[in-house]
Formats: sequence, C-alpha cells, structure tokens
Amino acid sequence: MGKIKLKIDGREFSAEKDEYVLDIAKREGFEIPTYCHNDQVSREARCRLCVVEARWQEGGHSRIVTSCLYPADEGLMVETNSEQVRLVRRVVLELLLARTPEAKGLAELAAEYGVGKNRFGADTDFGKCILCGLCVRTCREVVGVEALGFRMRGVLKQVGPAFAEPSSVCIGCGACYFVCPTGHIIMTEKGDERKIWGRTFKMEKCSKCGRYFAPKYQLEWINSQTGVAMDRLSLCQDCK
Amino acid sequence: MKINSLADLESVKSKALAASAAMEKTVIVCGGTGCLSYGSAELASALERKIKDRKLNAKVMLKMSGCHGFCERGPIVVIEPDKIYYQRVGRRDKEKAAEELVETTLVQGKVVESFLYSDPVTKERMIDYYKIPFYAKQKRIALRNSGHINPADIDDYIATGGYAALVKALAMKPEAVIEEIKKSNLRGRGGGGYPTGRKWESTRKAEGPVKYIICNGDEGDPGAFMDRSIMEGDPHTVLEGMVIAAYAIAKGKAPAHGFIYVRHEYPLAVKNLTKAIEQAREHGLLGKNILNSGFDFDLRINRGGGAFVCGESSALMRSLEGRVGEPRAKYVHATEKGLWDQPTNLNNVETYACLPEIIVKGADWFASIGTKGSKGTKVFSLVGKVNNTGLVEVPMGIPLREIVFDIGGGIRKGKKFKAVQTGGPSGGVIPDSMIDLPVDFDELTRVGSMMGSGGLIVMDEEDCMVDVAYYFVKFLEEESCGKCVPCREGLRRMRQIFDRITTGNGNPDDMVMLEELCTAMKLGSLCGLGQTAANPVMSTINYFRSEYEAHIKDKKCPAGVCKALIAYMIDPESCTGCQLCVKNCPSGAIKGVKKKPHTIDKEICIKCGVCYDVCKFDSVKRK
Ligand SMILES: Cc1cc2nc3c(=O)[nH]c(=O)nc-3n(C[C@H](O)[C@H](O)[C@H](O)COP(=O)(O)O)c2cc1C
Ligand code: SF4
Ligand code: SF4
Ligand code: FES
Ligand code: FES
Repeated sequence: MGKIKLKIDGREFSAEKDEYVLDIAKREGFEIPTYCHNDQVSREARCRLCVVEARWQEGGHSRIVTSCLYPADEGLMVETNSEQVRLVRRVVLELLLARTPEAKGLAELAAEYGVGKNRFGADTDFGKCILCGLCVRTCREVVGVEALGFRMRGVLKQVGPAFAEPSSVCIGCGACYFVCPTGHIIMTEKGDERKIWGRTFKMEKCSKCGRYFAPKYQLEWINSQTGVAMDRLSLCQDCK
Repeated sequence: MKINSLADLESVKSKALAASAAMEKTVIVCGGTGCLSYGSAELASALERKIKDRKLNAKVMLKMSGCHGFCERGPIVVIEPDKIYYQRVGRRDKEKAAEELVETTLVQGKVVESFLYSDPVTKERMIDYYKIPFYAKQKRIALRNSGHINPADIDDYIATGGYAALVKALAMKPEAVIEEIKKSNLRGRGGGGYPTGRKWESTRKAEGPVKYIICNGDEGDPGAFMDRSIMEGDPHTVLEGMVIAAYAIAKGKAPAHGFIYVRHEYPLAVKNLTKAIEQAREHGLLGKNILNSGFDFDLRINRGGGAFVCGESSALMRSLEGRVGEPRAKYVHATEKGLWDQPTNLNNVETYACLPEIIVKGADWFASIGTKGSKGTKVFSLVGKVNNTGLVEVPMGIPLREIVFDIGGGIRKGKKFKAVQTGGPSGGVIPDSMIDLPVDFDELTRVGSMMGSGGLIVMDEEDCMVDVAYYFVKFLEEESCGKCVPCREGLRRMRQIFDRITTGNGNPDDMVMLEELCTAMKLGSLCGLGQTAANPVMSTINYFRSEYEAHIKDKKCPAGVCKALIAYMIDPESCTGCQLCVKNCPSGAIKGVKKKPHTIDKEICIKCGVCYDVCKFDSVKRK
C-alpha cells in the first residue's frame, strides 16, 4: 500500500497504490458509466462500459482498460472520455441496446453516447438481461447461496438457476431482483406469496407492523446459518 | 534405474547407442496420429513378422516413432542409417508392402521405387530424406526428435542427447539459467510471442508459498497440430523443458508443481506423456531429489475442457481450478497471481520443446538463427492449396515464398496464388503482393496478421476472401466464452452482417459497421480472443476491399465460392454432349440429348460445382 499520485483527465490526485481507477475517479467526481459493477461484490469486468484510456508516459502508447479493475500506481495517466473511450462505449451500448431494447436505463445512456437508430436490429428473445452477472455474484457472495449461475457459452449464455429449473437452494430473498440493473428479474408479490425464478414462497408478517416482509424460508435459513432466534428475525427492516 | 549424475546419463546413452550400432539397419515406422489412421500399426506388425521370417532380427531393429510432419503421405517408413524415405507404404496392402520392403531393401539392399517420393511438378523420384524439398529448407529444433526416436522409450531420447540439458541446467545457478534464456531471446510459441526469459524472471521474483509451472497443450486453432506432434512424438522434451523452467523459477523453500493441460481430443498425446512421466520418475528425472541435486519437482496431466477459449492462459488456469473456463483481466499478471492466485509460469508446448537445445547448444547458437526480433525457428501447419501440406519447422525470417513454393511445392493444379492466412482465428490474410515477406512475429503483426500458433493456409484464385473472414467469424462466434459484451455481441452481429453480404443482401453501411465493430472489439474486449477477432475481417477488408464491394454492390462472388451469388451454366458452343456432367450431378439438374449441347436447370441445381470440376471441355461456366 502507500500513497501514489495519478492524473485523471489532466488533473492530479492522490490515491492508495493499487486502488481501482474507477473508485478513485468516482470519489473525485468523474462520471464513468458502469453496468456490471457494484460495491458489494467482486469485479469481473463483463460489460466493458467503464473503459478508460491509460498511459504511463506523456504522449506515450496508450491502452484501453476497464477502470473497475485497473489498479492505480504512481504516474498513471487516465482519460475518462477520449475518442477511443467514447467509441468503445458507444459500440457496447449499441450492441446492448440491440440485444435488450427494453433494459432499464439503457436507451437513455445509449442516447448520451450518440446511439440513435439501432443499426443491428432489435432482439426479442433475451428479455432485459445483459449478462452483467451481478445477480450471480450477489447471490453467491452477499447472500451466501449459489442459486444462480451462467449456463452455456458465448452467444447462447444465459443466467438463472441451474438447468433453468426452479432452484432448490434459492431462499427467495430477492437480492438478485434488487441488484439487477436492467429490471430483467421478475419478482411478484400477492397476498402472502412471493414468486421469483419459478418458485413460490410463503411470506411472513412483521410481528410489529403486520406487513408481509420476507419469505418464511429465508428467515428459517438465516436462523439455521446464524443461530439468531426466529422471534428476533420476525421484525421487518422498518420496525427493527 | 536412477540417474544421479552426468556419468550415469552418459552410461545410459552409450549403452543405447551401442545397441543400435550393433544393428545393420533400423526401420522406423511412423506411429503419429496421421500415419496410424493409414494403418501404420498393422504395417509395423507385418514388418515385424517378415523380419522374423527372414531371420533378420539380429541385424535389423524395428521401431515406431512420432510424426514426420508429412502426414498426407503416410504411412511413412524411414530406413537408417541410409536415410531412405518411404511414403504411402502399403496404403492398400500392408502384407504386400512389408514383403516388398523386407525383400528388396533389407535383403537385397535396393530401394523400392514405388515407395519413393516423387516431386509433384518434376516427377523426379527421391530417396534421401533430407533432399526432399518438403524437408530441405526446414530447420528442426522443436521437432528435432519427432520421427526419429521411439517416444515410448526414454533410452532412445537419452541416446539423442536427451536430459543432458537438465544435467547442465541443474549445475548452473537458477539465475544463470534465466539469463541464458533471456539471452537466447526465445519468445513464446503459443501465440503472443512474449519473451520467455522475462516471464520466468517475473515468476521467480514473485513471492508465494508455492509456484506453478504449466504447459499449455490445449491447441485449439483449427488445423494446427504441432503441439500434438511434439507431445506424441517427443514427450520427454516437454518434460525436460518443464523441469528446467521449474528449476529456474523455484526459490527458497517454495515448492513447485507442474501441470500439462492437454487438449481433450488428444488421447495418444496423453498416453505417450503418461508413459514418459512414469519413466522419468523411475530414472530420477522427475519427483524428489532430481538427479541427486536436492531439487524436487513433479507434474501431472490434466485433460482440457474442450473449449477453444480454455487455451487462453487465464481461462486455462480457471479450468485447472475446476471453475468455468472464462478468461479474466490480466492487469495483475499470472506470474504474480495465477493458478489459485499463486505465482505461475505458463508456456506453450513448442516453447518448452526449444529449451533443452538452447541450454545444450547455448543462447548464442539459438540467437544466431532467425531475425532481429524473432530468434530460432517456428513450426507451421502448412495447409490449403499447396502441393505439399503438413508440419514444417523453419527458421524465423524465412521468406513466405520459400514456404509456399519450395517447401509447399507451389499451388495445386497450376492455379494462381492469391493469399496466405496465418495465425488461425486471431490472424489475418497476407496478399500475393507480399509473397517475399520475411516470416517472423513482428513482420506478421506489422502487415495485420499474427504468428498465432502457426497456422498457415495457402489460398488460390478460387478462395473468396469474404468467405475466409466469414469462416473465422463463425468459428469465433461459437467459441466466444460470452463473458464480455464486445466479443459476445460483436461477433454475433458481425456474423449476421456476413450472412447478408455472402447472400447478396449486403449494403454499403455494412462495411462501416464491420469496421466499427472491429475497432471496438479490438480495444474493448477482455481477452485475446475478442481483441484479435477483428484481424481476419480487417485484413481481408484492407487487402481485398474490392471483393467485398463486388459482393455488396454487384451481388457477385468473384472467386465463385458464395453459393447464393453464383450460377452454373453450360456453354452451348463448346459442349460436346458427352454427358459426363449428367452422370455426376447429384441433383439431376442437367438435361440434354447425347452429342447435343446440355443445359442446367437453375431451379434444381444445388451449386455443388461437380459439373464444373468434371467437364473435360471447360464448357461449364460459373458466373
Ligand atoms: C482464445 C485464445 C486461445 C489460445 N489458445 C492457446 C493454445 O491452444 N495453446 C497455447 O499454447 N496458447 C494459446 N493461447 C495463448 C495463451 O494465452 C498464452 O499466451 C500462451 O500459451 C503462453 O505461452 P508462450 O509464452 O510459451 O507462448 C491462446 C490465447 C487465446 C486468446
Ligand atoms: S438478470 Fe440482471 S443482474 Fe442478472 S445478469 Fe441479467 S442483467 Fe445482470
Ligand atoms: S473477449 Fe470473448 S472470449 Fe474473451 S472474455 Fe470476452 S467474451 Fe470471453
Ligand atoms: S463496470 Fe467495469 S466492465 Fe462493467
Ligand atoms: S503421422 Fe506420420 S508423418 Fe505425421
């Protein structure tokens, strides 16, 4: 560790050595779009939207890198909005928009990068999923269950429970639903039931306010994992 | 028996040499995958029987070797010490061929004319292995033993000088071994061409409780089989190279472990490597206290996962860890955090195979071969429209012309040379105007192609450059791991654009889109697959733009390949009505009365081109 100095768009900042460029840039108020990054989970650099142009010498050879994973070091110079950066982002956004025209926020972001009419034609068979993998990582790393994963390779890649069947390990917590940036994951609640990924969960009422707040199965699972007593788990977030 | 010293090694060597010197002749039957498929194993047993029948056992040694690279001419049989090169031996009748060979060559001491190689152009028959044009301009370092030794016999390897490099290296300081490799300027043969010595140095410097040494034998490029040939034909070379690398990289108490990651479809390579590992362990060349030096290193074989992308170093490591074979960003190098996040050195099979020779003959010797930036040799898999196809190892910097016209024997059927494609899916095409290009890492990159793993496809006037790019785009679309957006989505869109262009539905905007996709994929993809996927497309656009335009504007395929854009018709003037085409047409599309001009019904014609190929009067026209 230790402090280092780097330049972002010509201005000098200090940061920890090996701190990720995206984190430094965000802290200093730079706008860098991201679609597969979230502070709670590990980084995989799937979407390629956070690209920046990095060089180590003034006027020297530059490289396009993903800022979410690029470690900073003394003397690094990054440009967050160069011509090449904008080109990669524009093409990535146009490709994503062609894949999932309905994905939340995508059309607006694409428009910012000058994507107008979609030259590739629009797909209809991918829902809103851009395969960012945030749901998979959240389920595994935050929730601690491995109910979700990728299936198949390449253009056929899909996300969801194993074998595309309702998962027996899913606890119905809905973390994936909340983390999904595009609104692909469908979670519905009606009365005392929650439906997600093809499974139906019975909901528990908050013992204080009486609102349905979490699947019974989830509470039992937390109880079995942490040993926290069921009655202490029976309060919703607001009433705790 | 354990080998504990140079003296021990020398004694094994001299015993093995004496055994073969006691023989008058050695008959070497090729046991590589290509020749085996032509029945070389049956040929060898027929030979064994005949040799016994004629009571020649005491004078003639029979052994099976690895591949000679000229597999299309299999089964290959070589007679030493006379250097007689026999090809296509007993393709039809093994018994008869064995009889002839034993009677004529072993008993009477004469050559069997019909087994000799005859030049496709001059028709001259040749006896001497090394005078055959396919071999004359080759220089074999990585392939030095393949075809000559029995891969299942460690003594045979030792007899040719095997494991002498290991003895020499273990007597050096590890830093000195690294210095030697750095001085040789050896660059990785797996595709990227990264300096091997520098990689070792970083791995040596990196701190960790354990270090890993990996051999990449995944070999996924379509048509490439040099790594298979080496693993099958000379497995000990790979092991020796890996032990030398491990010794150079290991530091202090941190143990080093090795893995050989072998492509799923290579059972013979696995078999021969497994045997070699056992023998090396028995001889004290692997395992604890190697050569009584106190140095420990052992390795094991892993079968590949079957996906092309698993040959990419970071995906390979994930696959070895038992995870999904997806590449990951390499901003932190594998030399520091590789397999299980420990310092890891990964090299290609051919890279390891060069090492023993460099240690024995010295860095200066190696660096005296090749060009300024690329030293030594490179094995190419020469295929396509040349007369001689196969594996060839040539000095770096050799003019492309010599590969195509001397070693390859020129273009088949006297057609016109058009281009070569090098580097497989990550490479590009090089047009005929650059036929004198010196072939090395930097020159290939400079002209928009790549060395890659050494694929070299020769193309003639009947190859369509749009179709070539389309082929690689389709291949890569299927092989993309799908992790990152530019590669996954970009390749799919590129393929759709090619679907259109090759069926006459392209429009001028398609070229703009292709070029933009190429740039974005090159800059923005996560791993080498996506970053280089643009090469086949960009290079064909750069050198053959007019061919793209013909497809898009005129809806024509000038090379006559893209089926939707061509039609076959019969010229009524020259058609003699011989009916040969009628007999050969698989769809019954050709109508006509004997001795009268014929016609092709366009509705029924499936455009297979058989009539075009069979017509003796050039009356079938393709438009
Ligand atoms: C998609 C892809 C596939 C690859 N496949 C292979 C392979 O089959 N064999 C190989 O040795 N290298 C392959 N490589 C290159 C490796 O990532 C790596 O650079 C190489 O094995 C390093 O060894 P070297 O330094 O000895 O060349 C591939 C790279 C990419 C991007
Ligand atoms: S479902 Fe949502 S979170 Fe999961 S991969 Fe798709 S877009 Fe990302
Ligand atoms: S470039 Fe292609 S193969 Fe490589 S990580 Fe991206 S999607 Fe996977
Ligand atoms: S946020 Fe960095 S690649 Fe997606
Ligand atoms: S297998 Fe015999 S020459 Fe290649």
